[in-house]
Amino acid sequence: MSIATGYSPIELMICAAARLLEDGALVVVGTGMPCAAAMLAQKTTAPNLTLLFEAGGVGPRLPRMPISVGDSRTFYQGLMATSMADIMETCQRGMVDYTFLGGAQIDPFGNLNSTQIGRDYEHPDVRLPGSGGANDLGSTCWKTLVITPHDRRRFVPRLDFVTTPGFLDGPGARERAGLPAGSGPYKVVTSLAVLGFDEASCRMRIESLHEGVSHQEVQANTGFELLTRDPLDTTPPPSAEQLEVLRGEVDPHGYILGRRAP
Amino acid sequence: MTTTSRVDSAGGEPARADRGQGELFTSPDVEAARQAFRAKSKRLVDKVMPVADAVRQFVSNGDYLASGGFGGDRIATALLHEIVRQRIQQLGFAGHTATHDFQILCSGNGTGRGQLLACCDVAYIVGLEARGLSPHARRVVESGQVKLCEWTNYALAVRLQAAAMGVPFLPLRTMAGTDTFLHSAARRIECPFTGQPLIAVPALWPDVAVIHVHEADCFGNCRIRGTSVADWHLARAAKKLIVSCERLVPNVEIRRDPTATLIPFYCVDAVCEVPGGSYPGNMPYEYFSDELHLKAWLEAEREPLAHREFLERHLFGTAHFAEYLEVSGGQQRMDELRRQELQPERG
Repeated sequence: MSIATGYSPIELMICAAARLLEDGALVVVGTGMPCAAAMLAQKTTAPNLTLLFEAGGVGPRLPRMPISVGDSRTFYQGLMATSMADIMETCQRGMVDYTFLGGAQIDPFGNLNSTQIGRDYEHPDVRLPGSGGANDLGSTCWKTLVITPHDRRRFVPRLDFVTTPGFLDGPGARERAGLPAGSGPYKVVTSLAVLGFDEASCRMRIESLHEGVSHQEVQANTGFELLTRDPLDTTPPPSAEQLEVLRGEVDPHGYILGRRAP
Repeated sequence: MTTTSRVDSAGGEPARADRGQGELFTSPDVEAARQAFRAKSKRLVDKVMPVADAVRQFVSNGDYLASGGFGGDRIATALLHEIVRQRIQQLGFAGHTATHDFQILCSGNGTGRGQLLACCDVAYIVGLEARGLSPHARRVVESGQVKLCEWTNYALAVRLQAAAMGVPFLPLRTMAGTDTFLHSAARRIECPFTGQPLIAVPALWPDVAVIHVHEADCFGNCRIRGTSVADWHLARAAKKLIVSCERLVPNVEIRRDPTATLIPFYCVDAVCEVPGGSYPGNMPYEYFSDELHLKAWLEAEREPLAHREFLERHLFGTAHFAEYLEVSGGQQRMDELRRQELQPERG
């Protein structure tokens, strides 16, 4: 925690992500920071945001952070406990506004890798879990948000493995592949900036810099050239209310906040 | 940055964007599946038996296995342990968010007990969600001894759904345009009505499935509380199904509320009463996951010798699941986990 600024990078990321979620929407979340962001939004700016979990939990009153996206907290005092296919099909038929994804690597078009490090499929350097539900959610939810630490290891020009589609190789590629029209990457919230995607080229673009971070620093930590805007906004710092709710109600035990960025 | 060129090096053939290059481990032959279901007994007979007998009778070397629940939530731990204890070899496995269940099965690879896992349809393996990656599962998979084919959680659920429907495939709108598709055994097809490109995934009929439920009667009529994940379809897709339950209930209790029955008796081959049977996984409304135990397991895996000792103490060296529970903290620990489950605000 930085004394000068009064909040940690993780808190800043969660608060910035929470502001992106519109009230009255449906969002499929995973565990960790995405869940914290959605819970924070619910308790501040988006009281009518409904959380869905991929194993079948709908609209829980989360008593604390789930450990698994299928554990019983994901439907604790919930509206429904259903099946995985039901959640995925709710996304596939166009009802789900947002999803939150992460990954070991992201490229300029917002494609994500969570399958392996190393390009040789038969002999990976590191085998990672694979898609899980990420490919399904990134394919079919309207807007995909990514929340990730920002460094050159993660922001790479070419993925070792395209697990989950972003804009694939550019404008129109999702539609040509058969993915739902008008869906795709929306924002990338990192430890340095909030990024979006240029409408014409589908390439990643800086939208706001976190307080005290320069454009050069963001570019230096990215393995490909980022588009930018002039002038660049500064990401609003967490409000006192956000921090109070985040620390006091969302994660009082510091499961997420107490942890260093992975 | 197209991804279609990448498969060339692996497969030798030019990559075809309309066809995944992965190996299909099971046949999508509907007629063979119908014959298997025809041959199943549909008698209302008592199927209650010990876990060891159920595994001996219904799991064979070379079978394709699927596991119910969600990795570490409502998993059939007792049955998975017994599959490892009995040194079943060369299984295929459907890994939809396979976390601790996959970790258990990996105990039968690279630990001097032959090779339990031979191939795996992957949606999610090797990881335990927020708890991190399993070092041993990584060793098993990265060594190349288990053949893999990539899918997604939804794709595997839909493959089971097709099997439950008795049709050879179903279309979906995920996987398209990615390496996940290229390393799967899915195909790209065109909708006969609209021309829309779709992904077709083949039906998956596991030879045998294990599912842990809350309540079952002696015939195998089952109730599940909380999320059903993919188990409605899995129970109907599996050629053989072993169910473990927290509690056996009388048949009149099932008949009192038929709406609550998720799995009918005619899908079930064996019923094993195993209180605590999902431990160290979560069982909704019964007990929470044992995070300390799961952490200890993960930590032991860092070092192969410590891992072998851990497995010897908990799994290889225990005679049955009740002994594993006892070694892992017994009734006192189960009481704590029950409290965590029923009063989550208190922690």
